[in-house]
Amino acid sequence: MERLFTIMRKELFHIWRDPRTMAMLLLLPGLLLVLLGYGVNFDREHTPMVIADLSKTDASRRYIENFTASDDFDITYDALSEDEILSLIDDDQVDAGLLIPESFGRKVAAGETVQVQFYINGATDPGDVQAIRLKLSSISQVAAQNILVEQLQRTPQGALIQMPVDALEKTLYNPDSDSKLFMIPGLIPIILQIQALILSALAIVKEREQGTMEQLIVTPIKSWELMLGKIIPYLLVSILNLFALLWLGDLLFGVGVAGSFWQLIGLSVVFIIGSLGMGVLISNISQTQMQAIYLAIFLVLIPAIILTGLMYPRDDMPWFTYIYSELLPVTHFLEITRGIMLRGVSAASVWASTLPLIGLSLVYFVASVLAFRKRIV
Amino acid sequence: MDYAIEARDISKHYGRRHPRLALDRISLSVGEGQLFGLIGPDGAGKTTMLRILSTVMEPSSGQARVAGFDTRKNAEKSRPLIGYMPQAFSLYPDLSVIENLNFFADINGVPHARRDERIVQLLEFARLDRFQQRRSALLSGGMRKKLALACALVHDPKVLLLDEPTTGVDPLSRRELWEILAQVVLQGVTVLISTPYMDEAERCHQVAMLHQGELLSRGSPADLARNLPFEVIEVKARPRKAMRAIVEQADGVADWRPVGDRLRLSVQKGNGNGNAKRILKNLQSQFKRQNVDVQLLRPSKISMEDVFVYLVGQQRGNH
Repeated sequence: MERLFTIMRKELFHIWRDPRTMAMLLLLPGLLLVLLGYGVNFDREHTPMVIADLSKTDASRRYIENFTASDDFDITYDALSEDEILSLIDDDQVDAGLLIPESFGRKVAAGETVQVQFYINGATDPGDVQAIRLKLSSISQVAAQNILVEQLQRTPQGALIQMPVDALEKTLYNPDSDSKLFMIPGLIPIILQIQALILSALAIVKEREQGTMEQLIVTPIKSWELMLGKIIPYLLVSILNLFALLWLGDLLFGVGVAGSFWQLIGLSVVFIIGSLGMGVLISNISQTQMQAIYLAIFLVLIPAIILTGLMYPRDDMPWFTYIYSELLPVTHFLEITRGIMLRGVSAASVWASTLPLIGLSLVYFVASVLAFRKRIV
Repeated sequence: MDYAIEARDISKHYGRRHPRLALDRISLSVGEGQLFGLIGPDGAGKTTMLRILSTVMEPSSGQARVAGFDTRKNAEKSRPLIGYMPQAFSLYPDLSVIENLNFFADINGVPHARRDERIVQLLEFARLDRFQQRRSALLSGGMRKKLALACALVHDPKVLLLDEPTTGVDPLSRRELWEILAQVVLQGVTVLISTPYMDEAERCHQVAMLHQGELLSRGSPADLARNLPFEVIEVKARPRKAMRAIVEQADGVADWRPVGDRLRLSVQKGNGNGNAKRILKNLQSQFKRQNVDVQLLRPSKISMEDVFVYLVGQQRGNH
């Protein structure tokens, strides 16, 4: 036990000692969240759009101009009815639609509020749906303000001030995807994965390259003491980052934890332990630090980003890719963070993800201890 | 006599498809409290031997017992009794002198009270007390070696295994290291040290000479010198060309080689040392006849290098 603390103390020294390492460990994960959180969400332009203008008046055309003038949307079709809009979305020809009712011109002229209807293709990427929705409503708001200004100029006094256009929206195919920044709960597992894996992938192989492993072998330390002594300090660093990421997600993106906060933390710790175990396993089978980094990036990190459902759905994968992604703890953890953070479900109700996460984490951790041999070859 | 280290028929080969033999059936034994030198040039197999004895590596075949325990079956029992200093600098560069010492004391389970006392002792011993707070990355080469030695000694091992502690160290630090080792031996620790420097062999009680994985010979330096079937004559004369010509043709000179500005001649041991005397006289008269200016011409003490060169020649003859 004494020896376990000795190793832990030494590892913490390594981290504290170098201010640059320390800064990287604590600041980069948050920076990445900000970078990707903004970067991936709001960069969609030229979304194909269909407009059905049943009013065909000056007022409706001026309202539509706001959409045609924007780079965000390309008006690729004119339609004559709601059915036509729906069938275009159905055929995947457009991702957004707008229906302007016949009464538009008349109601605007009369100073009444008129309802327009937006349609969004919910079957596209969740991040895109969110981006389209935000853009449609912001453009509509600008257009409505313009109309309001005109109305005020015409009847300067005593006018009833009310918004002239009320935008209703309908998301098709995925109506309850309250994908309010679907990205954030996905990014948190990925960022934790990167950090935990890289840290621990170097843990053993660094001692080997430095030559200090030879000295450690000639001491009474037990394999599990050495492995745990390496893992626990990194676990502490990762937990610190977990809190920072959750806090940033809430502060900057407004994504809080809808479900149980402590269940999320508990499962995160399980996930981090599994990731660290996976890293130590990589470290054990590598001869040099470069090999370890290669294995970490190619075997785990790239698949973690592409194959886990962070950006692309996993349903259409060929079976071997699917199985591979099932073997990554991050795949299951991602389901859990989305479940607990967004949908507010309990850990028990996502058991199909919780059980594999716990099982895999345990396997990787135990394997990492067993793989270590107190010899050099 | 009790042996602190006993190795029997240790072999080691690296690589599977094209195995390279690093050690070929090496046997040696080191008595308790002895200072034992493993002498040989680079590539002789010294590091492999030390790694096997320190339980860091397993031999391909053969057995070794260190401090009474089999290094294979009972590695964990022998480890606390071994102090090992690898050849390369292998301390934590970002930890200070005192932190490295504390770490190795704690990991070896040295009780705290004993630890602090022992570290003070070792710092003084290695003359590192002024540099306690310095990171080991910033130490000079000699100081690093001394710190590594202190770390290997911090848990009071019974057997100390040192892999080329004096290689790449300035002469002053080298002498200092040997002084420290002499004290360690006085305290009853068995020390096995490897070195490529033949002159250092003279400081050991017993030596084993290793070359290309084979054991050439072992024994005390005095015995090794005595067993050499040659005596050695040292010559320095001008012009050198003429000196060489005479030496090459001289009767009874079995071999010669330049060392610095001199030649060392091996002459067959005859009855008593009459042979060497006769050859010496012979050379002297030849030098005189050919007007060679002799600055030095005398029988010389046999060095470990003479022994090694002879043994390597023998080994080649055998193959």
